[in-house]
Amino acid sequence: MVTAQSQPQSRETEQYNVIGTRPIRHDGVDKVTGAAQYGADITLPGMLAGRVLRSPHAHARIVSIDTSKAEALAGVHAVVTNADFPRAADEEIDTGEGSANLRWVLDNVIASDKVLYKGHAVAAVAASDHHIAEDALDLIEVEYEVLAPVLDVRDAMVDGSPLLHDSLHTRELDGSNSDNASNTASHLQFTKGDTEAGFAEADVVIEREFETSMAHQGYIEPHNGTAYWRADGTLDIWTSTQGAFVVRDSVAPLLQLSPSQVKVTPMEIGGGFGGKIPVYLEPLAALLSQKSGRPVKLTMNREEVLLATGPTSGTYMRVRMGAKSDGTITAADVHLAFEAGAYPGSPVGAGAMCSLAPYDIPNQKIDGYDVVVNKPKTAAYRAPGAPQAEFATESVLNELAEQLGHDPLDMRLKNASVEGDTTAAGMPFGVIGNVECMTAAQESPHWQSELEGPNRGRGVAQGFWFNIGFESSAYAQVNGDGTVPLVLGSTDIGGTRASIAMQLAETLGISSDDVHPHVVDTNSVGYTQVTGGSRTTFAGGWAAYECAMDIRRQMEERAAQIWECDASDVTYGDDAVVRGPADEDGNDRQFSFKELAGQLATSGGHIVGRADVNKTSSGPAFATHIVDVEVDPDTGKVDILRYTAVQDAGTAIHPAYVEGQMQGGVAQGVGMALNEEYFYDDSGDLKNASLLDYRMPTALDLPMIEPIIVEVPNPGHPYGVRGVGEVPIIPPAPAVRAAIANAIGVHMTELPMSPRAILNATVLDDE
Amino acid sequence: MATEHIVVNCNINGESQTFLANERDSLLEALRDRIGLTGAKEGCNNGNCGACCVNMDGRIVNSCLVMAAECEGSEIRTVEGLAMGDQLTPLQNAFLEQAALQCGICTPGFLVAAEALLEENPDPSEHEIRYWLAGNLCRCTGYDKIVKAVQQAAGQSIV
Ligand code: FES
Ligand code: FES
Repeated sequence: MVTAQSQPQSRETEQYNVIGTRPIRHDGVDKVTGAAQYGADITLPGMLAGRVLRSPHAHARIVSIDTSKAEALAGVHAVVTNADFPRAADEEIDTGEGSANLRWVLDNVIASDKVLYKGHAVAAVAASDHHIAEDALDLIEVEYEVLAPVLDVRDAMVDGSPLLHDSLHTRELDGSNSDNASNTASHLQFTKGDTEAGFAEADVVIEREFETSMAHQGYIEPHNGTAYWRADGTLDIWTSTQGAFVVRDSVAPLLQLSPSQVKVTPMEIGGGFGGKIPVYLEPLAALLSQKSGRPVKLTMNREEVLLATGPTSGTYMRVRMGAKSDGTITAADVHLAFEAGAYPGSPVGAGAMCSLAPYDIPNQKIDGYDVVVNKPKTAAYRAPGAPQAEFATESVLNELAEQLGHDPLDMRLKNASVEGDTTAAGMPFGVIGNVECMTAAQESPHWQSELEGPNRGRGVAQGFWFNIGFESSAYAQVNGDGTVPLVLGSTDIGGTRASIAMQLAETLGISSDDVHPHVVDTNSVGYTQVTGGSRTTFAGGWAAYECAMDIRRQMEERAAQIWECDASDVTYGDDAVVRGPADEDGNDRQFSFKELAGQLATSGGHIVGRADVNKTSSGPAFATHIVDVEVDPDTGKVDILRYTAVQDAGTAIHPAYVEGQMQGGVAQGVGMALNEEYFYDDSGDLKNASLLDYRMPTALDLPMIEPIIVEVPNPGHPYGVRGVGEVPIIPPAPAVRAAIANAIGVHMTELPMSPRAILNATVLDDE
Repeated sequence: MATEHIVVNCNINGESQTFLANERDSLLEALRDRIGLTGAKEGCNNGNCGACCVNMDGRIVNSCLVMAAECEGSEIRTVEGLAMGDQLTPLQNAFLEQAALQCGICTPGFLVAAEALLEENPDPSEHEIRYWLAGNLCRCTGYDKIVKAVQQAAGQSIV
């Protein structure tokens, strides 16, 4: 057996035994030896391979589809189109990132009357191998009536622009629907105070417009889905997903099955960042399996991933902000128009709620518009909506500080939200680490250092994400040797087996190596929401805590039974020693955890702890980032010279994985800031659908990213956890923008700030 | 269209193997679909991510860009062939100790690539590590901990 022993490492907090240490993750050996089974690694007896035919047009009516030649090809077992699906009910379902109309979910999985973006699925084939399936795609004849596409959020909002959906009307602020069909699915607004009065009080008012491009989550593992529709009508699905229960609860209504007929097994997942919450391939694989009577595996290639999954919204944003000369921000007006892609549901609401949250601004108005365009339906991407919205607000704040001659961190501190403040969206803040992050950044060696050299500049920005809680489940049994298998429903996307197991171990007072976490299928654990929203260590850890408390209580009862005393006289100590009253001879009675575990089987049977939690609270996360850049004035290329990320983790359960989330978030944020963009031509053809042309940061593009973990424990969690995954993607873009301005005096107004964009801006500036 | 199948003899992770490849199979497809070694991953299938990286005759290659039929007589090492029985390599241990993986999908490619770096250059600088690994994309870690794991395996002190 391959083993890797966790090195005993010094604890980083005195309060806990396990929390704050850096044990080797339980699934680590499998993942460094190639043994871990990811979604595409599955093989089943008789399994077929499938491929999906996709639209070459951004907007077209499907006149006809003829699959007969494909069906006739030797080796082809089944072909499906939208017509093979049951008619979807007109109902909202939980999609793990909000809700969506089932009809639109189905239409995005496979187009019905119209294709709405290049890459939209039109048909799917299952064949004896994927080469044959690919050949079969060429034999499917689809006749399209090509329509004019609408590709930009502002164009889409104009009356008279081509409509994606004849049935879509704008949901107005008062809840009514617009009379005319529109590409604007909804308008939302948050207000506080009186903005015009606030602007009147300001000494300086700055207004800026921003445009940001769609960007992809960029997980390295393409989507996959394997299904086996058994003869008894039950359906097994194996997939890389952030939420097995969401897959079950999407697939079941699409196929008009009971959730009890569908079992979803989450495979190891190669990244998601929000993009592996929606279903794409699973319903198609299921139907292909039903038709062929064989298990079917579908996988996407990279081009399909870029064309037809994710991305996050492109936007048009306008921010007006005013401040007094002492730096007090008096008013802010934020306009956010977000591309939802082909179906409603951009993250504009979350962006709007986050946009000004770090600051206590008395007068605010935030408007958000959710707009459909002929591009892929957007999916959640790490702090969905916030990187765009906070890019706009943080950028204007930085410019205000610059114009007023204030240090940007001092100005933030002057206006910082603190406990007791309420956001425009009505979210009251409890104990938060907003100020603590800003202060730690000010005290950091990076901020204290001098930056020298031509074309170099430094920037700073703040980030906020609310984090979420919701449902998680944990079951754990106590084995006779004192080890504890722990059963979880949360896909482990970056070390959450470890972070949840550590909270169970802490509560039981045992070593994290004695806990064996397992991620299981939807029939084997209680309902668990997606791994996302920065909820897994928070809510999963809470479930583990309650599960461990359940075990402690049962072990106290068992010891009382063995000692023939009252359970109320027995205590399970945090040192994992169960102590009872002295025996008749006055001797202390106690069991270590392992001793009592060894007696369970013979003293009444084994013990299983369980907990199912549903937490509507959460602990908001703040971050402050500092970046130094150098701009090459000849090419417009920006190099990141130094980067410091400060973040309030609440309590860092496994600090190495907290740092990893911070560093990974920065890398994605830098990619969004400098390079990553969806580049469409006028016909709606995505011109950079490969990892060569969709340019994500490599090891050579980044320096070491210095993490500074601030711990302001969340009083609303047994161990003070806040959730760490999302907020670090927010500050990089505005911080890099400020650094570029500091380096070359140009304030960029678009993302990405690519060499092309910077040259455009500098050349225009010179003219 | 008719498909030709080709018999390929090669050595994979120290064992000689004979397998039947579809003429259109890449080495990556052959490893995963014909031989059952799923450690090498497909991230892009066109040479841009390094997830499929394997060692072929002492050189690292993106196995998605090598045709299976080209492997006749080759010696191939995949991530499954790094550990000696139950002994992880220092690099594999360093990846675990430095928390150099989050989702882990890129890890097989990074391990194969970094083992080759350390063979060629046992004491690489940070820049040399980053340069060598620039063909391997990781979307989760920001690369810090991967670079540090390579430094640890090279016996360098980690800050
Ligand atoms: S799969 Fe071969 S380089 Fe990406
Ligand atoms: S650990 Fe997920 S891509 Fe590298």
